[in-house]
Amino acid sequence: METYEAQSYDIAVIGAGHAGVEAALAAARLGARTVLFTISLDGLANMPCNPSIGGTAKGHLVREIDALGGQMGKAADATFIQSRMLNRGKGPAVHSLRVQADRQRYHMYMKHVVELQENLDLKQAEIVEIRTRDGRVSAVVTHLGAIHPVKAAILCTGTFLRGRIFVGDVSYESGPDGLHASTRLSASLEALGLPLRRFKTGTPARVHRASIDFSQLEPQPGDDPITPFSFETETPLHNQAICHIAYTNEQTHEVIRQNIHRSPLYGGKIEGIGPRYCPSIEDKVVRFADKPRHQIFVEPMGLDTEEIYLQGMSSSLPEDVQIAFYRTIRGFSQVKVMRSAYAIEYDTVDPLALKPSLECKAVPGLYGAGQFNGTSGYEEAAAQGLMAGINAARACQGKDPVVLARSSSYIGTLIDDLVTKGCSDPYRMMTSRSEYRLLLRQDNADARLAPLGYEIGLISQERYQKFLHKQQLIQQEVARVERTVVPPSPALNELLVSRETSAIATGFRLGELIRRPQISYLDLAPFDPQRPDLPAAVTEEVEILLKYEGYIKKQQLEVEQMQRLESKLLPEDADYAAITGLRLEAAEKLGRVRPRSVGQASRISGVSPADISVLMIWLERREQGGQDHD
Amino acid sequence: MLWQPSTIAAVATPLGAGGLGVIRISGPQAIQTAQAIFSPAGGRALSQSPGYTAHYGRLHDADGDFDEAVATVFRAPRSYTGEDVVELSCHGGLYLVQRTLRAALDHGAQLAGPGEFTKRAYLNGKMSLAQAESVMDLIGAAGQQAARAALAGRDGVLSRRIDQIADTLVDLAAHLAAWNDYPDEDMESVEPGPLAACLRESLSACQALLDGYDAGRILREGVDTAIIGRPNVGKSTLMNLLAGTQKSIVTDIPGTTRDIVEETVRAGEVTLRLADTAGIRDTDDPVEQAGVDLARKRLASAQLILVVLDRSEPLGQEDLALLSGLQGRPAIAVLNKSDLPPQWEESSLHGLVSRTVEISARTGEGAQSLVDAIAQLLHLSGIDPAAPLLANERQRACLQSSAAALEEALQAVDAGVTLDAVTVCLDEAIRPLLELTGRKVSDTVVDAVFAQFCVGK
Repeated sequence: METYEAQSYDIAVIGAGHAGVEAALAAARLGARTVLFTISLDGLANMPCNPSIGGTAKGHLVREIDALGGQMGKAADATFIQSRMLNRGKGPAVHSLRVQADRQRYHMYMKHVVELQENLDLKQAEIVEIRTRDGRVSAVVTHLGAIHPVKAAILCTGTFLRGRIFVGDVSYESGPDGLHASTRLSASLEALGLPLRRFKTGTPARVHRASIDFSQLEPQPGDDPITPFSFETETPLHNQAICHIAYTNEQTHEVIRQNIHRSPLYGGKIEGIGPRYCPSIEDKVVRFADKPRHQIFVEPMGLDTEEIYLQGMSSSLPEDVQIAFYRTIRGFSQVKVMRSAYAIEYDTVDPLALKPSLECKAVPGLYGAGQFNGTSGYEEAAAQGLMAGINAARACQGKDPVVLARSSSYIGTLIDDLVTKGCSDPYRMMTSRSEYRLLLRQDNADARLAPLGYEIGLISQERYQKFLHKQQLIQQEVARVERTVVPPSPALNELLVSRETSAIATGFRLGELIRRPQISYLDLAPFDPQRPDLPAAVTEEVEILLKYEGYIKKQQLEVEQMQRLESKLLPEDADYAAITGLRLEAAEKLGRVRPRSVGQASRISGVSPADISVLMIWLERREQGGQDHD
Repeated sequence: MLWQPSTIAAVATPLGAGGLGVIRISGPQAIQTAQAIFSPAGGRALSQSPGYTAHYGRLHDADGDFDEAVATVFRAPRSYTGEDVVELSCHGGLYLVQRTLRAALDHGAQLAGPGEFTKRAYLNGKMSLAQAESVMDLIGAAGQQAARAALAGRDGVLSRRIDQIADTLVDLAAHLAAWNDYPDEDMESVEPGPLAACLRESLSACQALLDGYDAGRILREGVDTAIIGRPNVGKSTLMNLLAGTQKSIVTDIPGTTRDIVEETVRAGEVTLRLADTAGIRDTDDPVEQAGVDLARKRLASAQLILVVLDRSEPLGQEDLALLSGLQGRPAIAVLNKSDLPPQWEESSLHGLVSRTVEISARTGEGAQSLVDAIAQLLHLSGIDPAAPLLANERQRACLQSSAAALEEALQAVDAGVTLDAVTVCLDEAIRPLLELTGRKVSDTVVDAVFAQFCVGK
């Protein structure tokens, strides 16, 4: 291939999915001259699987991305067609926002934002090679021979990297949604020493709306009123679509069982490891044989299309089997499949090869985000893209990387899990992955991260002032209800007794009444004449802070204890094999993971508390310059 | 646990028989912790005392005073560890030393890890590099040993029991996690009633183990052992031999031992709670009779009986009567005074007692044979190996924090607090249990979710 020297940039982002878009926007907004490459401009910020943003823990990630100055939340607010706050009855830690998005409009919105972004070029090209000089990233090469000198590159390759699609016994090289795969880059990455491996994921069929009998399905309406994703969205939002629920039945399962030998997964053709959290329908039928039915969510792909997505029905069975089992479902007897379900296998890196900054340990200047790092999900990808973009830009500017603590965010938990424990199947965020769930709520993502977003430079002065004002209102209102005493009255006691909590005989502080699980802040309005008119986001926060005070304090205490270990940084060049007293297994694991702090080291499986003690002594001795104390 | 400037405590002297036992407490709260369990006789509080001072006083816990002790105060940095240190010297023997340690742990101290005092000494600059290197070896070795022990312990009854409790709670946490993380799934909801029932069941399982720790003195504090025999056959001398100290009043006048004197000694792997009982015989002396009655009671409940017979004197009717009353009991005939010419053959005891040991309590000859015989006998009878028992303070502390977190979880459920807060307590209850078995909490729960629930995106 003939090559030519093309324009130089600070940062090249490879892949324009949800990770790549956030990475490119963050880097450009922080002043780095950035280029975003994609195999197809029409595939930018595409949703090749579920046309939805958010969900449990994922909704938390979107709010955190927004609090740090990312784009995903705003895009979702601008293009959603139905919104629901999940888990409303289960407590604030697990409230999670999830929207159905209009797939085309989301893509158009993001493409336009990228096109309008200063410092950012958007180019349709396949990157086939990463070049290095003295071990550092120096250039990226396109399939047309353009050599772009760069200081850093961010790999956001999704399922494109040596992508291969499987449907029954048919398999072919392909990226998602009919886009072509990236076939040459893997060899270049392997030559740089990156440990690549195969993961797989799958997607269900898209079917025509008119071929479904909706009278046979359960409708699932959206919320009213709607909580937006972005802390900056102030206009009221409205649902524009309705979703439905259908169920598989014994007949569906029977069709699948009869044909299971025709699945490439069960036939051993697919070597990639699939996500445990998102099993294919054949997996569900085989592994959970006693379940008489499985749920299917029937979700519109957008407002300008009749395509319908069937969540929960991903499959790699042959097309004829797919049609047969879809038609066993009540309401689906006449169903017309527009795009068949498929499984896709792709290259991914072992995330233990990454630093907490998401830079590759072996290749300075090379960063990874999203499915390339072993995760799954648009939100997980966007979160890593944002952090990789921030850190690559900071590195170009000679600044230290931003590493979020587990106790600060799900983003921090996600990245810490990846680079400390690695992952053996595509990693999905869940609320149960965090030990600080009650602190990491979706409602307080701004309180946790907006100051950092401002400090990094992705949150405007104006937004930051608004944020400070909101925090002030929260504090003032907490203080006010804590000191305001309500006298007992027949009306108040009637309310209390009707909620099955005890009546009061003397004056009570409002705060004390709000702490009762049965009573809400809103309930007490008639007995609180001095109550100021406050936005819902403020009163919600006040209520949670009061009701969960004890549990929040408990978790804060844990954070403080862990903080001591997190703040003890380990040198990058530590020779763990040479540390006296470390067990062999521990030394080997530490050498492989190269933890940033003693805290991170303590989370590596196979590293015992005794090993941590040894590390502490070694570290202390090193800091004291190896001096004796006699 | 991981190093942090907490206050730690441990027994500094070897466990077992000995005149004195020392419990060392080190850390910022050392003096407050000691003060909470030790009342100086002089009235001057430990917190008011300068370093390098010793104070006589009494040790107490929730059950009241239990020993006299001397507290030695060291002020940072002039101590072994360089931190505030109090050393409590109490009377020896496993029971008192453990009780003192437990009192300290109940008042804010954490159990010191292997080599932890020395490690702190190094970190506080009290020790040279060379010394520190050897400490690291020690800690590393201890870690390996602990790992091996943990592995070996996995097959144990206790680990199985703790695993059972932990698994129940992990399943519960996984169910809650799946229910929270996959709200749209077709999944059974978690109702407060069954949730509370499951929590209560786990709590009582923890409680039973904790109660077992308090009640089951067999392994921890020893086997109740009665030393019986005619007057002046050498019971007190035998006891003193085992204990290594002069405790009983030993004279040649029969009936000089009037009270039950207790001593805890280590006989090989087994800890014995020895009672040197008054000679069992009828007497006119009311004081001595009281002692004899006590001895009979003690004998009835003993888990090990050492019948002392004087081989240098002819075997009497009284001896034979004693032996015949012990049919089916875990008894060993101790043929004492082997240093004197024997007056009868060992075969005279045939059919009366299954185990005999020749010994000279005065010279110590034959002591090892006695220790071996005891170990053999106890292996055959006495201890119930099927009952899970907590072996040490660390395990007790883990169970205790687990139980406390479960109680809190139950309170939260009863009060109607949302389940996200309940799971905070649940995690807190699981963590110490999994620490015992070396698993990690959130990974375990996540794995259980995927294993047990059919969940899709």
